[in-house]
Amino acid sequence: MLLDIIIDGLIKGSVYALLAIGFSLVLGVARIINIAHTALFMTAAYLIYIGSKLMGLPLLLAMAAAVVLTVLLGLVVYRLFIQPIQEHEAAVLIATIAVAMMLQEVFLMSFGGHYLGVPPLVDGYLTIMGAKITYQHLLALGLSLVMLVGVRFFLMQTRLGLALRSTAQDREVANLMGMDVNRVALLTVAVSVGLAAMTGAIVVPLITVEPTMWMHPLIMMLAIVVLGGLGSIEGSFVGAYILGFAESLVVFMLPMGSFLKDSVALSVMILVLLIRPEGLFGVSFEEER
Amino acid sequence: MKRLALVGTIVLGLLCLVGQPALAASPIKIGVLGPMAFTQGEGHWNGATLAAEEINAASGIQVGGEKRTIELVKVDTNEFLSIPDATNATEMAISRHKVDFMVGGFRTEAVQVMQDIAMDAKKIFIGCGAAHPELCTRVTKDYNRYKYWFRLTPINSTYLGKVDFLLLAMVATEMKKALGLEKLKVAIVAEKAAWADPIVKAAEETLPAKMGMEVVGTWRPSPVAKDCTAELAAIQRAGAHIIFTTFSSSVGLTFAKQWGELKVPAANVGINVESQKSGFWGATGGKGEYTVTVNTLARVKITDKTIPFYDKYLERFKEAPNYTAGTYDALFLIKEAVEKAGSTDSDKVVTELEKVDSLDTAGRVVFDKSHDITWGPKHITSIGTQWQDGKMLCVWPNGWEGVTFEGTVPHKLPPWVIEHWKK
Repeated sequence: MLLDIIIDGLIKGSVYALLAIGFSLVLGVARIINIAHTALFMTAAYLIYIGSKLMGLPLLLAMAAAVVLTVLLGLVVYRLFIQPIQEHEAAVLIATIAVAMMLQEVFLMSFGGHYLGVPPLVDGYLTIMGAKITYQHLLALGLSLVMLVGVRFFLMQTRLGLALRSTAQDREVANLMGMDVNRVALLTVAVSVGLAAMTGAIVVPLITVEPTMWMHPLIMMLAIVVLGGLGSIEGSFVGAYILGFAESLVVFMLPMGSFLKDSVALSVMILVLLIRPEGLFGVSFEEER
Repeated sequence: MKRLALVGTIVLGLLCLVGQPALAASPIKIGVLGPMAFTQGEGHWNGATLAAEEINAASGIQVGGEKRTIELVKVDTNEFLSIPDATNATEMAISRHKVDFMVGGFRTEAVQVMQDIAMDAKKIFIGCGAAHPELCTRVTKDYNRYKYWFRLTPINSTYLGKVDFLLLAMVATEMKKALGLEKLKVAIVAEKAAWADPIVKAAEETLPAKMGMEVVGTWRPSPVAKDCTAELAAIQRAGAHIIFTTFSSSVGLTFAKQWGELKVPAANVGINVESQKSGFWGATGGKGEYTVTVNTLARVKITDKTIPFYDKYLERFKEAPNYTAGTYDALFLIKEAVEKAGSTDSDKVVTELEKVDSLDTAGRVVFDKSHDITWGPKHITSIGTQWQDGKMLCVWPNGWEGVTFEGTVPHKLPPWVIEHWKK
């Protein structure tokens, strides 16, 4: 059973981490609380469904097209709804909630409340000491690690990453130093939405595509970023695995209460915050910057 | 000029006579209530549409000395997302659209409120979606107030539970026979919802005491859980031969899909509303194959009306009818009752509906004293369906109490289950 818990926790944690990293990036770098992040993830999922099932495109091509289109949509949303009010964090928060609701209604009107599915990129499963794991889950696990390393490298080892971090540290000074802060913010949004869309591409074969599919990941993602420390990518990654393992433990140790797995995971978050209010990596990330 | 005015007046007069809207009988308005953005609401509307078209094509309903056509009013209750929306929509159907009859409804919590509004207005409301017994118990408790309510589909949750256990017994018998197993281990998996609680309680008591099975555990995932791999891993570790499911929400789709993906070596049988839908095969990418569920309709000859209705519905709407499409039968019941009553007066029509005994698409319709649909081998039985090679096929009743519907096929155990347990 221990092996089952480890495998299941790793898979859940990876999926959550994939979602939380993009959200954390735009929050940490551009100070944008993008509630529409998971709605854009849902948009990518629907676009993949449209491309692969309705238009008959090869799945990989549908995924690539969905990522590009979602990024474009994200940039349009940023320019129209976020950029004009970017200095007012509360207004941004409300605007992104509105965007998320609009996307939900658009998909509800277009596809109804039907539950839709997309086939996995890799079919089949692997058995490790009696515990089964699908290749698609393994892929999600591997890609989440690759994405984390990639994002870390991008932020810490490239000039563009340096620009993003310095803009986040002090927008005015960065501007005085000659950086085009608006372009940097736009780039950050593009990267963040791209991550959401890629997450959608990786995760969509594992879940059901429907118009309210953005809500549950949003709650878990917010819990993860708060647990990990607002804006900390490492914190999001660690937080995702903590909540993932908490969920798995509930199902295995308390089968009758398996519906409580979300509440238990969120309770773990509250407990951690009581001990460390800034979150797991909150301070260290600030110092890092 | 005078002559011209005279000609104009005559022409106008003739036109008025030709138009003569006052002489045409007003249509009978039937409100179709359901969550129209969702499959269940679509079923309500599509079933009613087919029936209204057929009835109108045959000149409508004979009410006393006149023929009246049917006018459907689409009432989007949005009850999945908001019960207050359902309340407002029902109020509007009665007060603004002035419907004469109502059919539909899905979520018990919403239908209870809709029922009260309809009863206050003395409007006949034929339920085609909610299964809770309380909706009909109200009729026996307060007949004068609730007599305008009838439930046509599905059978109530007590009967659903009975069919559920009959399906489980069918699968268990086959597993014992095919695999030489002595005592079967069963995992109970039910979404955490009020309607599922009595079924879980009954299963935990009945399986060991009356069916000689061992319950290895009970899992209660959220109705909207997006991942059931942990539950499935735990079930496999527990050594279950059969998974006894009770799902009405999206978790049923997730569960069946991941069950097939991981090839969990336990047969999957019970109630899984998602697997009653045509889209189930596509949504699970075929991984939901071999899922068995209690159902209402499939392409089998339950009565002479079933297959023609099924085919017509499939051709028109490109999907199989689900049980909410029982609005089709509901409209014909209203037609029959109104014609016999010779009036649309609710009290007179109630008297006729209470006498109904007709063979409709899902079986023989007879309402009991609580205005609930009667269940049993001589009435509506419900059916058990299984997904086999991309098709939803009827596998039960297959000889139960002497009932077998033409077109029924044998149930199949998933090959990986046979492979795993074969001695």
